[in-house]
Amino acid sequence: MPALAHGRPLRIVLAEDSVLLREGLIGLLTRFGHEVVAAVGDADALLAAVAEHGPDAVVTDVRMPPALQDEGLRAAVRLRAERPGLPVLVLSQYVQRAYAAELLDSGDGTGVGYLLKDRVGQVEEFVSALAEVAAGGTVVDPEVVRQLLRRRRDPLARLTPREREVLALVAEGKSNGAIARTLVVTEAAVGKHIGSILTKLDLPPADDTHRRVLAVLAFLRA
Amino acid sequence: MTVWRALAGRGYLGSAWPWRAVAYLASGALFGAVVLVVIVSGAVAGGVLAVVLVGLPLLVLTALAGIPVAAVERRRLRLAGAGPMPPGQHRVPDRPGLAAWLVVRLGEAATWRELAYAVLLGVVLWPLDAAAVAGGAVLPLSMVAAPALVAVDGEAKVAKLWLVDSWPGAFAVAGLGLVLLAAGAYALGAVAGARAELARALLAGKDSDRVTELVRSRVRLVDAFEAERRRIERDLHDGAQQRVVALTMTLGLARLDAPPGRLADQLATAHREAERALAELRELIHGIHPKVLTDYGLEAAVADAADRSPVPVDVDLELPERLPRPVESAAYFVVCEALANVARHSGAGRAEVSGGYGDGRLVLRVRDDGRGGADARGGTGLTGLADRVSVLDGRLSLSSPPGGPTLLRVEIPCRPSPMEDPCG
Repeated sequence: MPALAHGRPLRIVLAEDSVLLREGLIGLLTRFGHEVVAAVGDADALLAAVAEHGPDAVVTDVRMPPALQDEGLRAAVRLRAERPGLPVLVLSQYVQRAYAAELLDSGDGTGVGYLLKDRVGQVEEFVSALAEVAAGGTVVDPEVVRQLLRRRRDPLARLTPREREVLALVAEGKSNGAIARTLVVTEAAVGKHIGSILTKLDLPPADDTHRRVLAVLAFLRA
Repeated sequence: MTVWRALAGRGYLGSAWPWRAVAYLASGALFGAVVLVVIVSGAVAGGVLAVVLVGLPLLVLTALAGIPVAAVERRRLRLAGAGPMPPGQHRVPDRPGLAAWLVVRLGEAATWRELAYAVLLGVVLWPLDAAAVAGGAVLPLSMVAAPALVAVDGEAKVAKLWLVDSWPGAFAVAGLGLVLLAAGAYALGAVAGARAELARALLAGKDSDRVTELVRSRVRLVDAFEAERRRIERDLHDGAQQRVVALTMTLGLARLDAPPGRLADQLATAHREAERALAELRELIHGIHPKVLTDYGLEAAVADAADRSPVPVDVDLELPERLPRPVESAAYFVVCEALANVARHSGAGRAEVSGGYGDGRLVLRVRDDGRGGADARGGTGLTGLADRVSVLDGRLSLSSPPGGPTLLRVEIPCRPSPMEDPCG
């Protein structure tokens, strides 16, 4: 397993309605040095806890009482509108592209993540995804990415298969170095691919992080 | 065996059939007279008292009188040997309570048809029954009894017309009575058979009633089936899935703490298996009833199905609002099945799902550029879906000439429905 960055210790507000999972997640986050300042079971309590504690990051389930639909996502989108820059990681029990797109469209698309709940089993990767989000990155679940890749629609049609692979890894929040390791190529080659992707997607020259986020958004909206 | 069939056979006179025919007709005469009294008194009393409102319930009761009358008549049919008769085509009320029951009963044709039968029984049929019994059994018996009457009273009056006071005359009358009794037994058998057939025909109801009821029960079955799928999905989602997620998390954490060696390897295997189980569980739940369909409706669910298809699919579907759940489900599963067939059999490089809602109906089309030649009856799973669509009064058609393209079209009449209770 490659060494993954676990980032700095974070003060986290956790929203998850299943007691079993909530306790498990608290244990997991604590194990990696984070502090769960509040663990709540519904969306209203989440909004209140964030207002009270002003955490470094929020981890929330999509589905929560009372209606067990997308209350968690609604709360996450609202939090991002009210508190730009608050990193939010949303966990979903199933892939729903509409969720991912809505979430990434909120705020400026930075400091946000959308993962399948299954990923918490990969504890280290989960914690590093959280660190990535907390550091302002964008993380999208590989499963979402895989579904999007099947569609092969413009503007992504212009990308070569290799470039799509690279873009998928970018969407997962991986750095150039991590992408190079995954694809077993040099970091310079990854940089070249990314440059080509950004050009093909007509993304304006700006600072690199922002353009990467825009590329991911283009990818999601495709 | 019916009384008619028995008439044609040998040994009729010695069998129970003549007795049964008499019992059928005599009980019919008695019962009919009672029915006449009840209906007339109910209608008169109800009509008079209706002015002060208390009569109205009485009138309603009278209107319902046909139901028990018909039930008794159906039972009586057994005397005439008519085969088992299905109970009346009365619907089962959707809700419990007297009010719901009354509304259903007063609103259905069967109730009024049975009332009409009760009136016919009270006015026309029972006097005929009585006349048949009198002519076919009572008269011959009284003739047979003539010698006994002459012995006791010295004279006998046959049918109140014909005075007999001599022994030879009495025995002649008795002999004639025996002949008439035998003939009457046959006549009564024939009358009872005819009477039973008439009752049967009038009480059987029309096939259209039965068809309507069948259609209703089919819709109820599909609804129940649908609700059950949603319940299973919800239970798996809230129960098993959460537990397996927690399990993978625990195993993941345990792996961090395990020293390298056999234990770590075994933990890694357990972890992998748990993750596989989780992935399979997720697919299973999705196949039972996708959450996205419940939460976001048909448009999003079709987009999701298109995303999952191995063959690239273009979606052009716009719906104004949510549609009734059975409609959404049926349409969704048709699209899924169609896309699965595209991937499996068509050899298509592209497919398209298009459609919309207009003129009170949902129309969906799934087209592919494959080799065609698909057959809806060829066990493609579309037959079951066509049934499901037809329950909703919809239609599913497939055009797939050899060489393609294949076009599947589904059309379901419905009205947009506001968001229902998500827990329902």
